[in-house]
Parts: sequence; structure tokens; C-alpha cells
Amino acid sequence: MYVAVKGGERAIDAAHDWLDRARRGPAAQAVLDTDQIRDQLAIGVARVMAEGSLYDPDLAALAIKQARGDLIEAIFLIRAYRTTLPRFGAALPVETEAMRVKRRVSATFKDAPGGQILGPTFDYTHRLLDFRLMADGELDRDDTDGTPPDPGAMPCVDAPAKPALPHILDFLNRDDLIEAAAPDEAVPGDLTREPMELPAERPLRLQALARGDEGFLLGLAYSTQRGYARNHAFVGELRIGTVAVEMDIPELGFAIEIGEVELTECETVNQFKGSRTEPAQFTRGYGLTFGQTERKAISMALVDRALRWAELGEDDQGAPAQDQEFVLSHCDNIQATGFLEHIKLPHYVDFQAELELVRRLRASVEDPAQEGAE
Amino acid sequence: MTDQAYNFAYLDEDTKRMIRRAILKAIAVPGYQVPFASREMPMPYGWGTGGVQVTAATLLPTDRLKVIDQGADDTTNAVSIRKFFQRTAGVATTERTAEATLIQTRHRIPETPLTEEQILVYQVPIPEPMRFLEPRETETRRIHALADYGLMQVRLYEDIARHGEIATSYAYPVEVACRYVMDPSPIPKFDNPKMNDCPAIQLFGAGREQRIYAVPPYTRVVSLDFDDHPFRASKASHDCAICGASDSYLDEVITDDAGGRMFVCSDTDYCAARAERGE
Repeated sequence: MYVAVKGGERAIDAAHDWLDRARRGPAAQAVLDTDQIRDQLAIGVARVMAEGSLYDPDLAALAIKQARGDLIEAIFLIRAYRTTLPRFGAALPVETEAMRVKRRVSATFKDAPGGQILGPTFDYTHRLLDFRLMADGELDRDDTDGTPPDPGAMPCVDAPAKPALPHILDFLNRDDLIEAAAPDEAVPGDLTREPMELPAERPLRLQALARGDEGFLLGLAYSTQRGYARNHAFVGELRIGTVAVEMDIPELGFAIEIGEVELTECETVNQFKGSRTEPAQFTRGYGLTFGQTERKAISMALVDRALRWAELGEDDQGAPAQDQEFVLSHCDNIQATGFLEHIKLPHYVDFQAELELVRRLRASVEDPAQEGAE
Repeated sequence: MTDQAYNFAYLDEDTKRMIRRAILKAIAVPGYQVPFASREMPMPYGWGTGGVQVTAATLLPTDRLKVIDQGADDTTNAVSIRKFFQRTAGVATTERTAEATLIQTRHRIPETPLTEEQILVYQVPIPEPMRFLEPRETETRRIHALADYGLMQVRLYEDIARHGEIATSYAYPVEVACRYVMDPSPIPKFDNPKMNDCPAIQLFGAGREQRIYAVPPYTRVVSLDFDDHPFRASKASHDCAICGASDSYLDEVITDDAGGRMFVCSDTDYCAARAERGE
């Protein structure tokens, strides 16, 4: 006699126990410390903060540990935690011009006030596995506190007289060679508090892109470079560094600094627009993300620019990166992975309905007399 | 056993109020998809976050909660969601349909008829019945505004032309209160007639898609069809191998390597109660 499958609850408990032991690894190994993750896997931590929409390196490190290094799972943990946090208010817009930079490069000018600062980049490393790191032969250094090796390599911006480091695109703007960065005083919406309505204005699009999946945006940005809505992007400036977060305190009547965050900002200079009557002008794409996440920030800027085709009077080429409904509905990896992975949940009932239908359709072909029977 | 670190039923009161407003609007406009600011929940999108948020906003400390997935109380995700509310709301739970005041379901409507004292909360993956005919939200909103459902009629007609019948066996579209075409969530079409004139409140939550919709009590719900091809609720033509029921929806279970199979009730409570009574 068949007995209906039971034991879901015990199976779940056992699976969670196994998961916990698998995460820990062999007991003989040292436990992975969240401080180590925060400081030694900092790029992964930055991605989790950026796409988790929550700036907290310690919690991001914890999430990575708990997720066994699965960054999308870690992002999910952070998003779920973020839901439970009360909202005190909104900070003032951060001033990226006053950023304490650790990296700042421009691909459009050889030199500019403030200089080019490579910072801690992989860009010119040879991608050769460094077996010393595995063989425990790592150089003992006592200067690895994240500071630059040569203080002379950093601009002296510790006590910035604003503006500490002008945006390179401002030099183009001064001569009207680039469109003005629309000074918009309107308070932007919040896609985590209001349901997204399409078509969405640029502030909401940028919010969605800022928390969108790095891989998805990378692929879309790459597609624009290969001709699917090509917009000829130059990295006008890419800067990574720390900015102060300030908030107006009503009781005080002025803004005070409540903390600081590390940001990556990418401003692209794109194909110009213009006509016989309107002088030619470069256009802009913009990317801003938490932490050192420059692949994401550059991708974001390219996709932002591609999505602006209508306001810039360009043609709709039917390219995926131009289609805001396509981009915005599919860039969130937590939504995407949830819906993708849910198909492993039980679907016996639907499948049974399909089985029954297919059997009946087959029977009606094999024996036309049965058509419409039952 | 309530977890004191969280508000009752996990969500904060402001969020619950926002969801309740959406629910009230949904009940006022039967079958209309109300956008709401869905929150990120501690279970993944696709696991029932919409249903969980609707349940969280509707649940009272005095409620008795039943959670089913595929008709069963013991499927893994039903267990997980029931545990979530036990932990965050501390409400009583039950597996008996008749004893529950609030039932959250995925893919089934219980066989035992519902009453005026009950709320049925459906988990919805894709709330838009027109989505697979028209992928753009901007366009489907227009379709609903104008009740311009010709596209759906054409699709159903094409099914008949190709297969001799409408080849949709679950998530079969319905018309609610003579106005909106609605996706009943992926329930088998066998369950569709239970939605019509149902005494219970039926609420639908789609978390990822940020939509809530509803069917108020005693509302007309009609499965779309044609006069010469009327809607038929279908199921496997067997009786349950455990309780012998001939009127319940059946799961097919493969029992051996040689293709042996049997059919048993998908609604485990219905089946167990019948077996207990010796029917």
C-alpha cells in the first residue's frame, strides 16, 4: 500500500544541518573570519554591498561567509536584512567632487588637474597565478593597512577645500562641448518603496541599474560596444574613493556628517548629437556604485546612455540595451534567480494537468472518434 | 515560540498598512492588478513572497493558519512558510481545511468547500494573464484598461484549430465580475469552478511582479470559452487509490521501474479525512 510522501519537515532540518557543516568545512581547518573576508576579499564585499543596496562591509562579509562564497546568495541575505531596517530619512546628495580618491583615471585626457591615480588596480598586472600565495610564502609586510605605498602617489586631499578634485567632464562642460548634467532638484522616487512604473524616468532607471546584476549589465554594455545601439563611449573619468554622507538634522537646523562610504563613479563621454542648426555636443552616461566596483560602474554608464536614446532624439534600433522595459524588468539578480530557481519547487499539480491534456490530445489523434469525448 | 526580534508577522506596521490598502483596492475592483511596493522577504522570489506578504498583512493573532503547496501540507515549501509564520507571528496552525481561518496556497484550491469565515491567499508567479501574448507591461495595462481581450480569444481559438480543444490545463484564464480577465495562478483548470461564487475572500499576491489582486466573496468568475467549445474542468479519469474519491484532483505517482503508477488525491487533508472516516 502506497503511503503519501511525508517527512518534508525532517528533510528540511537535515538539509540545513548538512549545509551548515558543509559551510564550515573540515574541522581541522581554521575558521574563516569575517574580518578576513571584509579586508582580503574586499572586491566581493563591494559587489554584495552594491547589489544588496546596503553599505555595511561587516554585514556583507558575514553574508559572504554564510552564503559559502555565493555572491548572489549573499546579496539576497543583505536585501532581506535591509527590508527590516527602519527609514530615518534621506541623506543629502553626496559630493563626489569632494571624494577622497584612491583611484582616478581618465581615458580622454592625458593629464588633468588632480592627475591620474592608478590606485589598487588589476589593470596592468600579468594574469599569472602567484603560487606563493598558495604555498604560504606570502611576503610578510607590515604596511598592508590599505594605504598607498608611496604617499606621494596620492593627492593631498585629506582636508579638502571644496572642490577637492574637479570632475574632468566639467572641463568639457565649461566650453559647452558636452551636454550639461541635468541639474534636477526634483526629489527622485525610491524603487524600494514604490512599485516601479514604466516608462521610468532616469533617476529610477539609475537606481535600478545601481542595484542590478553586474554580469547582466556587463553583457548589455558589451552588446552596445558591438553595435547593438552603439554609442561610442569614452571613460571621461573613473574615480574610486570615500565621500562623506551628510544629513539634515531638523533639531539642529543644519547638516552634519553621519559617516562615509566608498563609491565608484564613472562618467562617460559619448557620441555627440547636433544638427545644422544645433551645434554638436557630446552626451553623457553615468554610473555610481558602492565600493570598488568599477566593472559595474562602467557597465552602468554605458547602459544608462543607451537607455537615453529617446530624450536625445536617437533612433530606436530595437537593441536590447535601449529597451528600458526589458532592461529594468530583468536586471535584478535577486528577482531573476528567485524566479529561475523556483522551477525546482514541486509542480506536480500543473504537470499532472499537462500530462492529462497531452494524453487526451494524443488519443484524439490516434483515434479521431474520441475527439471531444469525456 | 514567537521570535521577539521581529514585528508580528515579520513586516513592520507601515508596510502592512501599505499592503492592506492595496488589498482593499483589489477587493473594490475585482480582478484588477493593484501595484504595490513589494518588499524583499527572507525567502526567494518565486517561493511565494507575494502570498507571504498578503498573509502577513492579513493575519491576526487569533487566526488559525493552513499552508499548502500542490494541495499538500507537508511539501517542503509549505512546511517552510508555515514555520515562518509560527516563528514570526506565533499563530496557531492546522492541516484541516475546515478549521483554518486563513489558508495560503500554491497551485491548488482545497477540495473542501470554503466558508465566509475564511480567506484564501494564492501565491502568484506571473499575475498578468496576457503576459505570454504580450510581454510589455505598458501594453498589457492598456489592454486591461480598454478590456481589449481579443488577443486572448484568438489564442484560445488557435488552440482549438490546432488541437481540437483549448490546450491550457493550468493557469486557465478567467473573467471576473464581467470585467477583468484574470490569471487564477497556476491552479489546474479543474479548480477554476471553485472560484465562482465562493463565500471566502480570495486574495492573490505576486511579490516579484509587485501586484495584488482579489476576488471578493460571491463574485462571478467565469473560465473563458466558446459557446461551441464550453469550458471543461478536467482531471485524470481515475479514483484515488487511497480514499477512493472520484471527485478530487489526483497526483500521479510512479511506483516502480516498470512504469507502474497510481493516482492519489493531491489534497492531503481531504484524502486523510476520507480515509479516516472509512469512505
